[in-house]
Amino acid sequence: MADERAPSGKPIPARAAPPLPHDRRAFLKACVAAGAAPLVSGMVVAQEPAAPAEGPRYDPREHYYGMGVDVDKCIGCGRCADACKAENNVPRDSHHFRTWVERYVIREDGETDVDSPNGGIEGFPERGGEGGALRTFFVPKLCNHCANPPCVQVCPVGATFTTEDGVVLVDEDWCIGCRYCIQACPYGARFLHPTRHTAEKCTFCYHRLVQGLMPACVEVCPTGARIFGEVQRRSSPLARFMRFNQMSVLKPHLNTDPKVFYANLDGQVR
Amino acid sequence: MQGYIYPNEFELHWGLLIVVYPYLTGLVAGAFILASLARVFNVREVQPTYRLSLLTALAFLVAAPLPLLAHLGHPERSFEIFLTPNLRSAMAMFGFVYAWYLMVVLVLEIWFDYRKELVVWSRGAVGPLALIRRLLALGANDLSEQALRFDRRAGKLITIIGIPSAFLLHGYVGFIFGSVKANPWWSSVLMPVVFLFSAMVSGIALMLLLYVVINLLRFKPVDMVCTDKLAAFLFYALVVDFSLEMLDFTQRLYEAEESIKILSQMLASRLVVSLILLQVLMGTIVPLAALALVAPTFRRAALAKVPDELRRLVYVIVVVLVQIGIFSTRWNVVIGGQLFSKSLRGLTTYKVELLGIEGILMAAAILLLPLVVLYLLIKVLPPWQEAEVEIHPPAAGAVPAPASP
Repeated sequence: MADERAPSGKPIPARAAPPLPHDRRAFLKACVAAGAAPLVSGMVVAQEPAAPAEGPRYDPREHYYGMGVDVDKCIGCGRCADACKAENNVPRDSHHFRTWVERYVIREDGETDVDSPNGGIEGFPERGGEGGALRTFFVPKLCNHCANPPCVQVCPVGATFTTEDGVVLVDEDWCIGCRYCIQACPYGARFLHPTRHTAEKCTFCYHRLVQGLMPACVEVCPTGARIFGEVQRRSSPLARFMRFNQMSVLKPHLNTDPKVFYANLDGQVR
Repeated sequence: MQGYIYPNEFELHWGLLIVVYPYLTGLVAGAFILASLARVFNVREVQPTYRLSLLTALAFLVAAPLPLLAHLGHPERSFEIFLTPNLRSAMAMFGFVYAWYLMVVLVLEIWFDYRKELVVWSRGAVGPLALIRRLLALGANDLSEQALRFDRRAGKLITIIGIPSAFLLHGYVGFIFGSVKANPWWSSVLMPVVFLFSAMVSGIALMLLLYVVINLLRFKPVDMVCTDKLAAFLFYALVVDFSLEMLDFTQRLYEAEESIKILSQMLASRLVVSLILLQVLMGTIVPLAALALVAPTFRRAALAKVPDELRRLVYVIVVVLVQIGIFSTRWNVVIGGQLFSKSLRGLTTYKVELLGIEGILMAAAILLLPLVVLYLLIKVLPPWQEAEVEIHPPAAGAVPAPASP
């Protein structure tokens, strides 16, 4: 069970993460009881993990997170995008996503069709008669949590930042809503929250990470197409995935150094 | 929408107000550079526009941050740019470049330039205007030859510092766009340079327009030597600006990088009117041709001998076209850069709203505001040459009344 393991996939070391309640209801109750309403804010959590007072504190210096995506395993069910919206309270319309799934169809005439109706949440409609398909595949997209993030570089007030454990976050109490980070992101991974008017993006479910849980999208993926964990710890599933597959990242020429690594990625994917 | 765009790209993030912002700062930088021409390089012909240019630059600079402020999701937090700037962010430098330019360059230069007049105009006069002028003089009422010499030298020094500052102000605005590597339409090392020269074009054109219109409104003769010189400068600036833009265009076309296909599609479908028709044809080629014909650009005399009234009319039409062209340039940069998906697979559209904080009415209000500010500035600090005060140290008491603007 994923929720009994650390994001690295290893059993949780006693000093790295708090003891875990076994069911979600109990977990949520514990959060509320601990007065952890600001759980949704990554920043607040980063500073003050909502761990029970007697438990060990989460130490970000002990982690460095990334995600692997096995394109061949993605079936385009869109459960990840749906779970992300539910977990992170992302607006339910079809123009705001922290993660989404794209369908690629390389036609026999060499042209490439891409679509992502409602981020893939309701699956993908059958294709019409646009000619035969040479290759088709699905590609989950999310913030790449770049090690060299252009969004962090351009933020005029430092409201978006990289945590010690390698996650790019936005402090929604600090963001002025200038949207420069949205312009600077080459991957379209950011949006302006329609009511909060601050920049929004994938947090790797940071509020879950500090509890030793997996990001929601990873947890719900029925085929294990998303592999989350430690980039540098040799024993982690992610490191293993990266050892046994050829890795690509998106738009490598931009030197953003993404930490979302794709296996079996087609050259047509941008 | 056409092709595929990332889901989050549905909304255009920088709208009409962000088009207005570089347009305004361009006018500031351009007007100031023109003023510096008169002052530092002693171009006597454009002297009549010197003080008007300074006041215009100030009026537009006051309005320049407003579109940014109105555009922010949380304008009440804007002061954080000053308090906790991210020093690696090009945008964080805005506050400092702006404050430097406003306080150190423009306001100081205007103050030194007008100090003598402020003292003379307010001396012995009563009423609110005199009070404002007395306050503006900050208690400095020394009219000795030595003090006046200091004013002149300080003013000149500030202008010399001001020229690179004006370059910085607008080059920096270009850098905000040019440094976004995620966006192939923006990412160009030429962007700050193109912004600078288009700023000069727009500033000179604005001053030519204001000079002619204000003189007509005041029933004063228009100094054609001055307008001819302004027209010649406008021509040179246009030539450089257009050459740089063509260089940028040729480079992109020749390199034909990954993005060339989608950018060509965008050009052919979304930017036909604003880029090809308004920016290039009406805003650049027609003005260039008209100026080459009627303005004394290459030689002392123009190619076609045209009576003063007609030439003035041509100038006015040209500068209006140039303003439309430069506004379109800003539009094409800001909006054009967001009409294609960063997936390079699709195009989106931008619909301007009429009302609302980012609508046409708001943009129009922000564009008109500098003219209101300029009117007030002119009331307090008449920039006309006949209002200037000549002082011989012993006769400091001879106080000519300021000409009514």
